This record gives sequence, structure tokens and C-alpha cells, in this order.
Amino acid sequence: MSARGIVIVGGGIAGLSACEAVRAREAETPITLVCGEPRLPYDRVRLSELLVDGQPTEALELRPPEWFEDHGIRTRLGVRATGLDTEAHRLRLEGGEALAYDALVLATGSVPLIPPIPGVGLEGVIAFRGPSDCEAIRAAAAGGARRVAVIGGGLLGLEAAYGVASQGCPVTVVHLMERLMERQLDAMAAQLLRPAMEALGVDVLLERQTECVLGSERATGLRFAGGEELEADLVVVSIGIRAQTTLARGAGIETGRGVLVDDGLRTSAPDVWAVGECAEHRGMVYGLVAPIHEQASVAADALCGGSEAAYAGSLQWAKLKVMGIDVVSIGRPDGTQEAVAADATAPSYRKLVLDGGRAAGAILLGDVRGTEDLLEGIRGGEQVSDALARLAAAAEAGVADLPDAAQICDCNGVCKGEIVGAMRDDGCATAREVMTRTRAGTGCGSCKGAVKELVALETGGDGDEPAFLCPCRRQTREELAAVIRERGLTAVSEVACASGTGRECGACKPALAYLVSEVNANRHREERAARFINDRVHANIQKDGTFSVVPRMYGGVTTPDELRRIADAAERYGARMVKVTGGQRIDLLGVDKADLPAIWRDIGMPSGHAYAKAIRTVKTCVGTDFCRFGLGDSIALGVELERQWEGLHTPAKVKSGVSGCPRNCAEATVKDIGVVAVEGGWQVRVGGAAGATVREADVLATVDGAGEVVRIATALLQYYREHGEYKERLYDFVPRIGLDRIREVVLDDDEAAALRERFRIAKAAVRDPWLERDAPYHPRQFRDLDTAEAAEPPARSVALVGPPPEGER
Amino acid sequence: MTPAAGAAAAATPPDTALARVCTVADVPLGEGRAVTVGGRRIAVFNTPTGWFALGGACPHRGGPLADGLVADRCVTCPLHEHRFDLATGAALSGGAEPAATHRVLVRGDDVLVEVAAQA
Repeated sequence: MSARGIVIVGGGIAGLSACEAVRAREAETPITLVCGEPRLPYDRVRLSELLVDGQPTEALELRPPEWFEDHGIRTRLGVRATGLDTEAHRLRLEGGEALAYDALVLATGSVPLIPPIPGVGLEGVIAFRGPSDCEAIRAAAAGGARRVAVIGGGLLGLEAAYGVASQGCPVTVVHLMERLMERQLDAMAAQLLRPAMEALGVDVLLERQTECVLGSERATGLRFAGGEELEADLVVVSIGIRAQTTLARGAGIETGRGVLVDDGLRTSAPDVWAVGECAEHRGMVYGLVAPIHEQASVAADALCGGSEAAYAGSLQWAKLKVMGIDVVSIGRPDGTQEAVAADATAPSYRKLVLDGGRAAGAILLGDVRGTEDLLEGIRGGEQVSDALARLAAAAEAGVADLPDAAQICDCNGVCKGEIVGAMRDDGCATAREVMTRTRAGTGCGSCKGAVKELVALETGGDGDEPAFLCPCRRQTREELAAVIRERGLTAVSEVACASGTGRECGACKPALAYLVSEVNANRHREERAARFINDRVHANIQKDGTFSVVPRMYGGVTTPDELRRIADAAERYGARMVKVTGGQRIDLLGVDKADLPAIWRDIGMPSGHAYAKAIRTVKTCVGTDFCRFGLGDSIALGVELERQWEGLHTPAKVKSGVSGCPRNCAEATVKDIGVVAVEGGWQVRVGGAAGATVREADVLATVDGAGEVVRIATALLQYYREHGEYKERLYDFVPRIGLDRIREVVLDDDEAAALRERFRIAKAAVRDPWLERDAPYHPRQFRDLDTAEAAEPPARSVALVGPPPEGER
Repeated sequence: MTPAAGAAAAATPPDTALARVCTVADVPLGEGRAVTVGGRRIAVFNTPTGWFALGGACPHRGGPLADGLVADRCVTCPLHEHRFDLATGAALSGGAEPAATHRVLVRGDDVLVEVAAQA
């Protein structure tokens, strides 16, 4: 191909997918990506997230600017293509410039359909299509809009409604059809969405044809056929999309509903391809992500002169979150033969659709187990004799039944084939090695079970293995702790010299750093290079590389003076968000690393350790001081526990709570360590969880006084510090060790006293890490190479309040 | 300088610039720090086996590689734990593109990075 190269028109998912597919095949041909919007390709599918949390559009960027640079892809942002001369192989851009090409890919996407009804041009009527629409919706919600009407109850309409509802603004979805999302869902599944929608404040009006938008300058409402009216300050139109074919039609390229393409994704013009929502293949226009990637891949084969794969169309399927509920829709939602398993209370709904005895479609709502299995069955047109049995089998389908292409880890996009390959080709022998290598299971962790099952299948074992602290060298925590003790090692590098661990992948270095500190009762030699960035700068890294700051608020109790200092610091250092956390504290988000020392100095409160595997907050309810129902002084006890424990690192984070009565307002029964006041005493609980899974904490003991609670809970905490595997939360630790064994130790007077003594020694060496603001471990602890040293002390100095004196209470 | 003939000319990339980014004391051993050179954000690493530089943004989701954990001539991105070879930029975990690499020279106390001029 000559130096003119490939020009791709359209900076959406399809345009980027074409770039990626070409670069996956070769690196040389120049590529120019022409984006009409003034920004790099972003994930439009997640657009409603901008509404929900008000992030900047960059948060949805599919690739950072450096990626385009490093892959030799020239991007032209905010420039529209105005004309195409397919004879001369030239693309005209607005402003008059022309780009010569050897090959051109149309990825122009779609435009929203706007119904031709009176009033649709009024102010306050918008389409939900781009980031600016999100801004308009947020502005309307913030401006006190009383009601927003969304015309269109399809996938996009519901996304928009969800986003609006998240702004706390009442929404009414107006839909022409008799059910929501009729393309993806059947009547029953659509009905099951309703309770979730009501809970979010989303009303639904079905079978309403909007006749006009009411209002003289601004929209004030809608009128439906039949005369019924609905008041609304903002109208969002989301009734569908139409392929954007203007450029192609202007160039004389054949179009129908979209740009017509053959099985090689070629258009009727020489050297012009079309992919994505703008293309029409065998009468189908695809709007979902999976088919777009398949098309880009086929087109790239042809573009790069490889063997031409033939595109035979894609199975329409999508895995979605609708109103916060997992929904999978595969193929056809209705058919001649159907099997359904439903539970309206869950809600869960599972349906398999057959056509002529073959699997043709499925709907999974709420319970999406077996998605990959059903997808494969439907893709292959599997013969099914008993549809209900097949549906049940899918729910139980083990990983053994899945093909290599089935995705196991949705967070990191890892397929079964990659996991099996990591074992066969890369020599991984354990689930941990596989997870380190492929990253499967390292996101939300919900697929860890599947990964372990695959490893067990492959190795013929039961998937159980010793939990290696260092998988590279196959060394356990006990073995390494013994080495540290016997040889008196005090630093990670010394352990590395002694046992070789921590040298290879480095993934275990933070675990070693904890182990060294724990065995040495915090009198170790700190080596920051072994710590995760959070523990090097004592703040939590965010997706954009900024940090968050959470000062400690004992028991969630604060003062006007503290709040004032926090508010001043948030303003002075430009915190992008100030958020109340689930642990009853305040989080300043979007802070630059270089500003951390100054913020800590200004706030003058100790670290809340929200970034670390350490004692987090002790959440409390109002307790006896104010609450009518309080049985125990939960605030005093929560504050006491937090002061006793603060600053100590633990194998994994420890969240605690103290509730003053069994109504449990502090949610103590789902905390790692929870305390609940009951008539005549306190219940000490351990091992609760309310994350990806929910686990009720086990009752360790019921005792009379608050002092006894502190003693038992502290002994438990130290036992966990000494025996927990790194990253093993208490809710995994307790079942592994067994509640009975834990009781034997922490309820035994002598053993518990010894545990508390070791705890006391470790605690005595704890220092507030935020004091490093004045004594950094390196001059550039908080600064990159081009970050200037803080020139001046803060403009307005604030009285320093140090960490609370130890044992103050 | 007379341009060398033939293949020898290719030995010196014409469009690169050598920039002093810091002194050897500026990056703690075993860590990385970011710096902008010629309009590019890059990450400079000081390791027991020498100095290295990669593109500053993780090719996966743009995470700051300079804040990553360094071991075994590799860096692990702090956001999603993708791992890259510091010398070659190769991605050692599935699903990520390789990272760009830049040559690093140490002259006396100065650390210099060679960055390709921007197109």
C-alpha cells in the first residue's frame, strides 16, 4: 500500500475498532482517523454513566491519546468529512482540505431519529446521543426540573431515564409499544423491570403515541393521541437511530437503510469499506458492540491484503445493565417453542426460545448464569429436545462445557482459551499463577470460582493449593514468616536475598512488606519501593492518576471546626468531588499527588487509612445519647475501638461497626468486625460481608460490658493480623480457620492476653503516616520530575492538630 | 558531518532528541517518576539493573506507569495490574498493547532520555 494509507471516517466504537483491527495485523500503513466530535473515541454505550456520576467525557475514552501516537494513528478531531470522491480517492474535510487515501473505511455511525411532530424543535427538547446532551440533562436536573419525559422505552431510552433518575429528578418514560425494550425482552421480562424502575422514581406510560410537544418557547409537556397530557420541563427523545449515510450517498455509493456492504464489508465503490451502525449487510443494520468488532475484523483482513474472511452476519446479543439489573438478550426474544423459569420476587427470569427444535434465542434477567453456554448453543443452532432441561443445564453449566472463546472474566475480558493457554503454554500450575498471568479474577473477583474450576480440570486436581504468598517461588506465608523470625530479617530486600521471593513478578512484594512489618511488630526497616503506590503516598489512586484523601473521623463523629478545615482544603486544592463515604467519613476526590502534604497539613487530622490494608473506620449509630431505642452507647464504644486500633495494618482491610440496638443502623452484622448492643450486653460478631457477596457476621461471643468487647475484639484482630493470608478478608479468614478454633484462642484468657500484649507492642510503634508531610522518605515522595517544589507554605496557615494522643481514653 | 552511505545512515535515528530529565538522586531506587519530554509524558524508572523509560500512560486504560510497582525489570500498572517489560515495553499480562520504550543514558549524575520527535 502506498504512503497515502488508510483513512477511517468516524471516531466512534466502530472507527476505533477498525484502527485496532488493522494495527493488530500490521504496523506500517499510515492511518488517519477523522472524528467529527472534538474528542477521541469514547464508549458511547456507557454514556449514561456521565449522567450518573458527572464524570468528564474523558472518563469514557476508549484509548488514551498516547495510544494513537504510539500506534502511528493520526487523529483529526472536531473535523467533519464533507465530501467523498471515490474516483480520485480523496476525502474532503470541512475547511476545504482533502485527504488522499488508498483505502477508506466508513464508520460514520448513526444519528438519532427525531419524530416529525409539532414542538419537537422547542428549547428543552433534546436527543440523548452525546456528552453535551448529558450536560443539558444534568443542568436541567440541577435547575430543579420537576419532571423529565423520555420518549422511547428502548434500551437507549431506559439508559437516559436511569441517568436522569440518578440526578434525583422524577422521570416518565413514554413508549409507543405495549412493552419496554420489545426488541430484547418479552412481555414478562419487561414487566419484571417495573419494580426496579418504580424504586428509582421512573414512571412508565405504555402504548402512548406522542402527538406534539407542548409549550411556546420552552417545552412544558407532551400531548398524546387521544388528548391525554403530561407535564415535563425537559423532553428527551430516544426513539431510535438511523444509519448516517449522507457522505456515502453524496458519493454515489449504494445505500438502503444503511451503506450497503457485501460479505467482505465492501461498499459499491472501489476501495471503500463500511463497518458498524452505518453499514447494512444482508438487510441487517447492527447497533450492538459485539457485531461491530466482528465486522471490523473482517474488513481489516481485506484492507491488509490478507485472506478475505467472509462475513455471514452476526448473532444479535448483548449483556446489559438495565435499571441496575443484569440483562442478557441473545437472538430472538420470542419463538414457536419457549421454556421459562421465573421468580418475580428476586426478580429473575430465564427463557430459552426454540425454532424448529433448535436454540434460537434467550433472555436472562437478574440471574445471568450460563450466558456463555447459551450463547454458544444459540450461535451453533443446537438441537434441543427438552427446552426446560436445557435451560436448567445452562444454569449449572460448568466451565468444562464452554468453548475456548467463552469469556470467563468480564472485568478484564479474559476468555477460557487464554486461561487454558496460560497453563499449557506458559506453565502456570495454580489458580493464583493463572490469575497473575491473565488477570482473570483480579477485577471484581466474581469469576475466581470459574478460574479455579478450570485449573482443577486442567491439572486433574481439586483446585486446592497451598496459598502461596509468592507464587513464583511457591513459598507460603508460614514458611516466609519462619525465615524472617529465625534470621531476624527486618526488610523486604533482606527476605528477597534470603529466600529469592519478591524478585520475579514482584506481585508479592506488598504482601512481604506486610509480613515483615507484622513479624517485627512495626519495628522493621521500611522499603517503600515494595509498597503499592497507595502506601507510598498514603492516599488512594484513582482511575485518572489523581488521589483521594479521607481523614480519620473516629466513629463517624466530627466537629464544625474539622468540617471547616476540610471545606477550606477542598476549595484551596481544587478537589473535584467531596463525597460522604459509606464508612461515615468525608472523601476529597481528584487531588494531585503533589498537593497531598499541604492538604494534610491544612486539614490537621490523622490519616483515615482509606487507601490501605489496615483498620478503616468504625461505623456507629447514634446510640444512647440521642436515639429513643438505643440500648448501648455505640458511639463511645466505636470511638474507643477506632482509637485503640487506628494505624495498624492488617492482611486485608478491616471495616467495623457498632450498633446501639438490634435495629442495627450501623450495619454491624455485615462488617468484618461488628458489635451490636442487645438487652443486657453486647454481641461481638466477625466475618460479615456486604460486597460482591453478602455474608452475615458470625457471633463470636455475647458479653456484658464495653471493656470486655474491646478485649475480645482486639485479641481477635491480632489473631487475624498474625494468621490471615495477604488480601484475605475476615469473611474468608473465619470460614477457613473455623469459628470454633477462633473461639478457642480468643476466648482463652492466657492466649488472648498474649495476643493483646503483642498487639500493644505493635501499636506502640504506629505513627500517623500523614506526618510524612514534614518528613518525606525522599524529596520526591510526592512529586514527579517536573513538579515544582511547593514554593510557599499554604497562603493561610491553619492551627495544626496532631493525631490524638495514644490511650487518651 | 558527511552523511554516511547506505545502511549505516539508518543507525542514527534522525528524529530523536536527547533531553536531560533529572539527576540520579531524583528517583528513589526501585521506583518510577513521570516527566514530560518534547510534549510526551514518559515514565522514568531507577532499577537495580539500570534506568529505563516507557510511555507514561498504560496502553490499557491510561494508568500512570510511573506509579507502578517495579520488580524483575518490569512495572505493574497501579490501576489494573497490567505488567510491562521495562526494556522492551512488551505486555506480560494478557489483553494489553505493548508500551512505548525510550532509551535512557546516564552521564555522570545526569539522566538523559532519548525521545522520538513528534510527528
